[in-house]
Amino acid sequence: MTPIELYIHIPFCVKKCLYCDFLSGVFDEKMQRRYVAALCTEIKYMASQVHGVEVATIYVGGGTPSWLSEDLMDSIITTVKSSFRVNPLAEISVECNPGTLSAEKLNVYRSVGINRLSIGLQSANDDELKELGRIHDYNRFLHTFDLVRKAGFDNVNVDIMTGLPHQTVEKLEHTLNAVTMLRPEHISAYSLIIEEGTPFYDKYKFDAVKQHAGMETEDLPTDEESYHLYKYTMDYLEKKGYKRYEISNYARGGKVCRHNIGYWDRVPYLGLGLGAATLYQNRRADNIRDIYKYCEIAEQIAEGKEISTELSSPFYDNEETLSKKEAMEEFMFLGLRKIDGVNRSDFFNMFGIDIEAIYGPIITALRNQGFMDAKEGRLFLTDIGIDVSNQVLAQFLLDK
Amino acid sequence: MDQSKIRNFCIVAHIDHGKSTLADRIIQMTGTLTEREMQAQVLDNMDLERERGITIKSQAVRIIYKADDGNEYIFNLIDTPGHVDFNYEVSRSLAACDGAILVVDAAQGIEAQTLANVYLALDHDLDVIPVINKIDLPSADPERVIEEIEDVIGLEAQDAPQISAKTGLNIHDVLEAIVNQLPPPSGDVNAPLQALIFDSLYDPYKGVIVFCRVKEGTLKVGDSVKMMATGAEFDVVEVGYFGAGQFIPCDELPAGMVGYMTASIKNVRDTRVGDTITHADAPAAEPLPGYKKVNPMVYCGLYPADGAKYPDLRDALEKLQLNDAALQFEPETSVALGFGFRCGFLGLLHLEIIQERLEREYNLDLVTTAPGVVYRVYKTDGTMIELTNPSNLPDPSEIEYMEEPIVEAEIMVTSEYIGAIMDLCQERRGQYISMEYMEETRALIKYTLPLNEIIYDFFDALKSRSRGYASFDYEMKGYMKSDLVKLDILINKEEVDALSFIVFSGTAYERGRKMCEKLKEEIPRHLFEIPIQAAVGSKVIARETVKAMRKDVLAKCYGGDISRKKKLLEKQKEGKKRMRQVGNVEIPQEAFMSVLKLDED
Repeated sequence: MTPIELYIHIPFCVKKCLYCDFLSGVFDEKMQRRYVAALCTEIKYMASQVHGVEVATIYVGGGTPSWLSEDLMDSIITTVKSSFRVNPLAEISVECNPGTLSAEKLNVYRSVGINRLSIGLQSANDDELKELGRIHDYNRFLHTFDLVRKAGFDNVNVDIMTGLPHQTVEKLEHTLNAVTMLRPEHISAYSLIIEEGTPFYDKYKFDAVKQHAGMETEDLPTDEESYHLYKYTMDYLEKKGYKRYEISNYARGGKVCRHNIGYWDRVPYLGLGLGAATLYQNRRADNIRDIYKYCEIAEQIAEGKEISTELSSPFYDNEETLSKKEAMEEFMFLGLRKIDGVNRSDFFNMFGIDIEAIYGPIITALRNQGFMDAKEGRLFLTDIGIDVSNQVLAQFLLDK
Repeated sequence: MDQSKIRNFCIVAHIDHGKSTLADRIIQMTGTLTEREMQAQVLDNMDLERERGITIKSQAVRIIYKADDGNEYIFNLIDTPGHVDFNYEVSRSLAACDGAILVVDAAQGIEAQTLANVYLALDHDLDVIPVINKIDLPSADPERVIEEIEDVIGLEAQDAPQISAKTGLNIHDVLEAIVNQLPPPSGDVNAPLQALIFDSLYDPYKGVIVFCRVKEGTLKVGDSVKMMATGAEFDVVEVGYFGAGQFIPCDELPAGMVGYMTASIKNVRDTRVGDTITHADAPAAEPLPGYKKVNPMVYCGLYPADGAKYPDLRDALEKLQLNDAALQFEPETSVALGFGFRCGFLGLLHLEIIQERLEREYNLDLVTTAPGVVYRVYKTDGTMIELTNPSNLPDPSEIEYMEEPIVEAEIMVTSEYIGAIMDLCQERRGQYISMEYMEETRALIKYTLPLNEIIYDFFDALKSRSRGYASFDYEMKGYMKSDLVKLDILINKEEVDALSFIVFSGTAYERGRKMCEKLKEEIPRHLFEIPIQAAVGSKVIARETVKAMRKDVLAKCYGGDISRKKKLLEKQKEGKKRMRQVGNVEIPQEAFMSVLKLDED
């Protein structure tokens, strides 16, 4: 049986960042304890459903998981390990924010087997951090990074963002320099996306439209500028020895995020916790997003009550079985996010049909336009293809 | 039937002054409808009419009113369309009446269309009673409005009913005024038949239902009748009058009556509005005056957004044509848009209404090309072709000269806007004919104007430059030799036939430049650079470039939330579906209407 991945969602933040539209909120410790108890119930419940399957990676994301007190993190990982068959070499990552870690907490992380940390820095410029509504400043990050290294973590990611309001190449260079200087094993460089329902949307929605249309903007970089920021990031990181292996992810020394690659390779994964997404046995599902309802269901299960549901899990909000067509689409638009692209033989093995029979004309057109290339049985996007990957990947959606 | 107990009248008003509400109220107060049957604005029975608050087709209703003098009167209320495109229909509707009620808003007073409509009614020798509506509004100022009516129009208004059609206040006064102030019809019931057709309707069971006003003689079931202009003959199957929303058969329609007839007529074209019905065996010596054959003045291409819907579009056009003799269409093909139809309309509003009805009532998604007029192309071989589609323009070497349709425009405007309106006419290649002060503050300006200069946005320009105070009417004057060229648009070096249009050579450069600018806004960025060029013949006269999109990356981590990522990509793909592919460029459907928006900003 193929090993699976686990994603565990911690929907708590000290304070909501102004651009963030992830499922998270500010809750007190009482609620955090109640939630973690519910989460552990779901972990045990799901483990019993998939019994015996091996877990290759665990990723605790948020929200700010590092904000949880160490005993809660301990109970989560311990529950996972006692419920699932976790590979001893499993990659176990936790997302952290500067200012929420302590030496004691990190020691607990080490002792329960957490071996990879991802730190949300976003920028090394304090004015930018303030604008984003982050709780920390650059000095706080340095302190956290130092704690992390001292605790012995040798697989650390730092998140940065490009395309920030008023971001210049100089400011970006300062951030890139400040980060690469510390030699983290992994860097994720995301573009700021103005999402509906965030304070940033209210503030920058018109600018975002203008940016997308290639017009002059007020605060956000123009499309052309953000293209340069993005390219600059890429060149800078490559020069410093970070190899891009996915659209927004860079690693040195081969320390890629195995969990993340699993998403692009369509490795089965269980999403545990509020709103978490699952891909298992060719079905995609999302957990319910109402934290009270989530806790109540878990509490009823813990009391031994039967929950009636037509879905495969009482925690699911929705569930759908992927058709072959949908699975093929996913294979392409996810796989091509990796710099190495997809393997023709993988497609054939998975779907029993040659990739050219489905996507031949599209592949040919994209190759002629220089957005795609092929080598040794692999198909992958070129640099300029990655630059406009939304446009390119959309072409792999098949007609209904 | 006693003619002295009949009143045939219409209601005229500026848009929104409460014409339809008053009609509803009259119908309700006279008990023609029960409360239950009463649906707001009974007369406007097309969804589109009710929504836009305008009347497109004429409607009629017969009402019985027991007056204060103790007698019962028959009221025939004829509703009229209110737009210049349908001017001819309005004038035929008015010709079916003997009097008119003029509704004026007690707050807004006299507006542009108030005047235009009153003059039209007076032209038809109708007696006009003013009615002041909306007196329940806090801003109502009936005294001022009475003065305005007397000063500007010259109608006695001191005793004008002051009403609220909305609340029903003083409607009784209106009904009594109709009885006492409007004349009964005249006409000899034994004279040779003359009945004026003012509207028609296609019914799948009865065939065409002809709405008519009997001026002389009597129209009976079983009569053999002849349409004097078209020459078509029929045997009358049914005659009757109009209930509200229903047809009530009777034995005969004598002189003075308004009603309908059916005669198993299969084609609305045989029963043109304005034609005169007479008896086939004892015809009247003369038809009633004023019949005109209405020809389409504006043409455009209509294409289904989804090519597979072509047969549906054809069916829908055929059905609409049954009720609308002015609508014409014939199949055409475009390289960019595929199979569609070249359609002819009375004017832009007519075009818009047909387009909306197709989209709404027949659920079709349409692409419309730039509207144009009918040009005459005189070729060097001595022949002449009438050009309705710019793509069919012969090679310049085969063209001797071209002519374009010219209209005589009459614009009524208050004195402070005369300068602005004359500038507008001048810009549109107008030739001044005359200006005449109707009274101290109002003037009538006459210009000849090329039709192709007014079909796009002339109304809007007129309105904005006169703050709505100019009214406009036009009449076809014929054709005039003109220096015209075909302006072609090349997108990514490929000519897009559906974007070509005919333009006066003196404005070709300006139009071409604006067209390129507009298209640059409309066409989204692609993965490659797209030149947009305007050309006359082989000469490029304007150029813009849609820059290539260089970055569109979803560089955000959504964890395992793949469905969200997919939705984003789907949205991207869906957007493309609504576009037309020309070469490898996706052109949004709205872009094909760009030429209409050249004068915005």
